[in-house]
Amino acid sequence: MATYILKRLFGMIPLLFGITIVSFLVIHLAPGSPVTIQTDLNPKMTAEARERLLKFYGLDKPLHVQYYNWVKHLVTFDLGRSFATDNRPVIDKIKERLPITIFINVLSLFLILMIAIPLGILSAVYQNSLFDRSTTVFVFIGFAIPTFWLALLLMILFGIQLDWLPISGLKSVNYEYLSAFNQLKDRAAHLLMPVLLSAFGGLAGFSRYSRSNMLEIIRQDYITTARAKGLSESQVIYKHALRNAFLPIVTILGLSIPALIGGSVIFESIFAIPGLGQLFYNAVMGRDYSLVMGELVIGALLTMLGNLLADISYALVDPRIRIK
Amino acid sequence: MKPETIKNGAPETPWRLFWKGFKKNKLAVSGTIIIAGLFIIAIFAPVIAPYDQDAIMVKEILQPPSQKHLMGTDELGRDVLTRIMWGSRVSLLVGFLAVGISVAIGVLLGSLAGYYGRLVDAIIMRFVDVMLCFPTFFLILAVIAFWEPSIWKIMLVIGLTSWMGVARLVRAEFLSLKERDFFQAARALGGKDLRIIFRHILPNSLAPVLVSATLGVAGAILTEAALSFLGIGIQPPDPSWGNMLTAGKDNIEIAWWLSFFPGFAIFITVMGYNMLGEGIRDAIDPRLR
Repeated sequence: MATYILKRLFGMIPLLFGITIVSFLVIHLAPGSPVTIQTDLNPKMTAEARERLLKFYGLDKPLHVQYYNWVKHLVTFDLGRSFATDNRPVIDKIKERLPITIFINVLSLFLILMIAIPLGILSAVYQNSLFDRSTTVFVFIGFAIPTFWLALLLMILFGIQLDWLPISGLKSVNYEYLSAFNQLKDRAAHLLMPVLLSAFGGLAGFSRYSRSNMLEIIRQDYITTARAKGLSESQVIYKHALRNAFLPIVTILGLSIPALIGGSVIFESIFAIPGLGQLFYNAVMGRDYSLVMGELVIGALLTMLGNLLADISYALVDPRIRIK
Repeated sequence: MKPETIKNGAPETPWRLFWKGFKKNKLAVSGTIIIAGLFIIAIFAPVIAPYDQDAIMVKEILQPPSQKHLMGTDELGRDVLTRIMWGSRVSLLVGFLAVGISVAIGVLLGSLAGYYGRLVDAIIMRFVDVMLCFPTFFLILAVIAFWEPSIWKIMLVIGLTSWMGVARLVRAEFLSLKERDFFQAARALGGKDLRIIFRHILPNSLAPVLVSATLGVAGAILTEAALSFLGIGIQPPDPSWGNMLTAGKDNIEIAWWLSFFPGFAIFITVMGYNMLGEGIRDAIDPRLR
């Protein structure tokens, strides 16, 4: 196991290198140089901010020197300072926004797993039944619905017509005056729609995946063997097939992280949630280059770590992986 | 083989087989009908749209759907149905060109990796892994932050950030086709690399690429809509379904129709492409025949 983890950690080195190269290239995409042409057109950029950008990225130096300096800052998590008027270090801004985004995404991942896996497995076990066919239709519709549209529709229905749920922010204006129980209720009400919607986006894919995965498993020889030795159908499905069906889901979990982080931009700007996505959106709108760069790198690093965790946990539960 | 195919004597070419499966597939046919309808709307938008796309009717601001305005009017008094018809042009254009770019890159890199193997393969596949680490939406937003958004740049950026799936697919096809006899034969006859790639292997790996491209169009349309919705895509006053939804959000408390109809247009379009893609997949899958 230790060798496997070590091998995986070494495998991350070229990835890290690639991530920094691609991120570094993005900032040089701007026509001319980001400090000359672009900023002249950008009234939000003061002369002083331009000076800082020039200095931090050393844009007057040759490219490889620039890259070297940038990476040198990066390893100490020095991502420069925000161009916004508060002029705070980028890493601090990201740190304070990270928890709420992770919290929402973990909740919605949990929800996805709780709904999608049973859905997929049941429709595989009862293939071509009414249940299976209606799940297939649901999955098809789920794939095609733009989640931000669904968000607007739910806001109209539950937030405005029925007036059951708040439609923006994390807490009500009178939050401070509520009792502890009501504060909790208030928080939950604010989070309900964002979490449900963010889960909805992944639901179709996950249930589809667990269905086809389960279909493959119940055709395996060891399932036939289990049946042949006279086990009851429920023992075959819930003891022998189910365990194997759960395994690959772990990998898909890891792979879905970038989509979840990316999706948070849309949800957080619709529901006015002060998380990583909203921070990124504001940075893009305000042309806050160092914040954009910082979030891009952090987003990629989080994805890489997520994948690593998924791989390791997969290897922990499935010994076949370690040997390969 | 069924008797009637022998009777009419036509040779069973792969395309003929595909067409037979395609015609019988309800998903594929319905998807085709939806997409054909959208194309007609997009091409003839200037003729069939009931109003001028920028016509501002000051006295008819935020009207709910009625006989005069089937889908209501927006905050400037423009006809929503008209703007949805014009908006279909953006969606179709972005969908096709973005996927064209991503398929071109994916096929090129996937072929190189699959054909040459070893170091070329290792470098290209590591690059794919790196690109997959970036939350695509972050990457697109970051690039758009440095460039000023326009429809062409949006297509380019979506294309440049969505080729990884196709590359992996083509590489896998190459790896399996390389084991087959016809490949060895082409090699033994002294075929040049380029000729073998383009004449012998690529045509054999086109089917899964076609499926993935069709589904990719749906994905690109969704991405463009999301970008425009956030105000970083197609800029008003040019109508796109995404930026019409922004108006819907701004007037969410008073005008549900501004949110409902443009989103429904996106939904139907994406559904059409997904149905077509799944239908093609069923039609080309020999195991289902």
